[in-house]
Amino acid sequence: MPHAHTLSIRSPHLLSIADLNRPEIDALLDLGETYLDLAVQKDARNDVLAGKTLVNLFFENSTRTEKSFELAGRRLGADVINMAIAHSSVAKGETLLDTATTLNAMNPDLLVVRHSASGAPALLSQKVSCAVINAGDGAHEHPTQALLDALTLRTRLGAIDGLRIAICGDVLHSRVARSNVQLLNLLGAEVRLVGPPTLLPIDADRWGVAVFHNMRDGLAGCDIIMMLRLQLERMRGAFVPSKREYFHFFGLDRDKLSYAAPGALVMHPGPMNRGVEISSDIADDPDISLITRQVETGVAMRMAILHALANKGGQP
Amino acid sequence: MSAHTPDRLAIRNARLIDPASGLDQIGDMLIEDGTILRLGQDLFIEGLSPDIPQIEAGGLVLAPGLIDMRVVTGEPGAEHKETLASAGRAAAAGGVTSIVVMPSTDPVIDDVSLVDFIARRGADTAPVRVYPSAALTRGLKGEDMTEIGLMSAAGAVLFSNGDLPIGDAALMRRIMAYASGFNALIAHRPADVNLSAGAVAHESDFSARLGLPAAPSASERIMVARDLALAELTGARFLVDLVSARQTLPMIKAARKKGLDVSASVSINHLALNEMDIGDYRTFAKLDPPLREEEDRQALLAAVADGTIDIIVSSHDPKPAGDKRRPFVEAGFGAVGLELLLSAGLTLVAEGALDLLTFLRAVTIHPAELLGLPQGRLAEGAPADLVLFDPGAPWKCDSDALLSKSENTPFDDRLMQGKAVLTIVEGKIVFDSRGS
Repeated sequence: MPHAHTLSIRSPHLLSIADLNRPEIDALLDLGETYLDLAVQKDARNDVLAGKTLVNLFFENSTRTEKSFELAGRRLGADVINMAIAHSSVAKGETLLDTATTLNAMNPDLLVVRHSASGAPALLSQKVSCAVINAGDGAHEHPTQALLDALTLRTRLGAIDGLRIAICGDVLHSRVARSNVQLLNLLGAEVRLVGPPTLLPIDADRWGVAVFHNMRDGLAGCDIIMMLRLQLERMRGAFVPSKREYFHFFGLDRDKLSYAAPGALVMHPGPMNRGVEISSDIADDPDISLITRQVETGVAMRMAILHALANKGGQP
Repeated sequence: MSAHTPDRLAIRNARLIDPASGLDQIGDMLIEDGTILRLGQDLFIEGLSPDIPQIEAGGLVLAPGLIDMRVVTGEPGAEHKETLASAGRAAAAGGVTSIVVMPSTDPVIDDVSLVDFIARRGADTAPVRVYPSAALTRGLKGEDMTEIGLMSAAGAVLFSNGDLPIGDAALMRRIMAYASGFNALIAHRPADVNLSAGAVAHESDFSARLGLPAAPSASERIMVARDLALAELTGARFLVDLVSARQTLPMIKAARKKGLDVSASVSINHLALNEMDIGDYRTFAKLDPPLREEEDRQALLAAVADGTIDIIVSSHDPKPAGDKRRPFVEAGFGAVGLELLLSAGLTLVAEGALDLLTFLRAVTIHPAELLGLPQGRLAEGAPADLVLFDPGAPWKCDSDALLSKSENTPFDDRLMQGKAVLTIVEGKIVFDSRGS
């Protein structure tokens, strides 16, 4: 049975990877690993969060992240409320801060927030009296995804230090990439960004990464390839001319994969566009793909995060 | 022992001019299997095998064949105006051995299959080398970017939106950024879409007297400023396509000085003519960009001389007579120029307005380097794409005698000095006027 006292996190919220330091990250990953081991047991439930209330506040649709947090909360014995804020409520004129007032009346302990506007969870965290966990804000950050990716890597490969990792595709619009760049750098990996210049942030080379516009060059010698989702509406001539051209130059297929290190593994935060950023053949190959593993690890990692932050709220 | 008998051609007693190295001397050349095998003084002093065909140049200039980076044809879609074959014949007669064709055809060259079509059709039907350029936006509509990566791989040597400037700066930024990932060359016509809307002439005292709708030079200046800022932001390889206003030149110079990968082209028309050539509404001098003031022409010549402008093009744009025999406002833009690029340039040289080597560099080695082509130079191992010309030959331009399917030229009836005598592409004679 894991104990919260093994964890000491300074920040009352998890809004960004920058809220954590290296010992805190290691401790969180340790706890995540413990929960991952427990998950294979028949009854994975426990009561660490008994009597606590977890509110999932999703301003953007996300089946997988919302269900992952819901399952994590329930397995720890919390009362879980899912609030999907439809666009209509926003259209009715309720502001984010009005929502915060409503939430305070419910007196939750943990608030998981997804919002299309970068910085929205940070704004909420200033107005509510509980721990806020960023479940993805605009193109800013998605720290729990980065942590679950790190845990996936650690359980499979033992250590992240010294790995050469390529993050490929639409980095410009990706919160997953921003969190992963920070976290993987902190953990000692050599991080590369690969994509067409239209999908990479300007001056990304100042993020402590090497930037490549050619997949074969970018993947050379990489141990891990993280593919990012490219939204369909961005492939019609605005950022990329066509699906066909994107897959040809930036989609992961066997040929491009052959430039990576022998035994290289592939990750994807989901949901995938098969045949656009990744070929089905690779996505479904259990020897190469960690994609299913990422989903399993997600619940355990989020249990660890909820556990670590549960006692932080209410003391602003 | 190979059964292959080398295909050879000897040229004797020519004034060899290589604009790339500055070579200018009397000498000989031996061509074998389409490439220059040897060149220099007294090459055949030991005698020459009688089975090698020989050309006695008689001291005429032997230079690399011209590379014309801006040619509009009507193939596909308007073959009555010009085909790749007829444009190729006109090019050969003008000493032009490589042409880059614009994407503004019907359908527009905005897809891999069309790039491939132009390359194949050019190779099959034209006596000179034909290189496709491809559209920057689908249908040249200025909305969605094209498959720049795939079309580059298929052989498109540059990307252009033809004569239609892209008004949307956000789109242009993304196109430049995207293209830079493939090191693709982007050419863009500088004109502010709104400021130039409906204009048929340069805005000046002269066009005002004629009562013509006109756009000011500022239109070009505004777009060049935008494009250079975006080139700096994205690191794109960028060609300012058809400079016409003197105010634009200091901006290009400054961009070069900053180290941007920027080139600039000018049409031979704008170096040789000015707005006065519109005269009494002569539609053959209706061009886009418009002919401007004499001061602009002088500044453009100086900019070629100092290297600010590195490319000279014919801006060949065939228009059927019916399209030009209309009131000035309604007539089509453009002039044919493939057959006149060399002669009009040599005429400027004869007038003392341009230096011969400077002119030749802007139509041979500079375009070759910009497009990454091996021709455009006289060097051992280089493709034998050559022109033999008489720099002093006086003649009178007669539009009816042009080989192009269209005859719209503002040089009609003009006295010219300098003419192509013999044109060679890949070691084969494709034009020879010595008998006539």
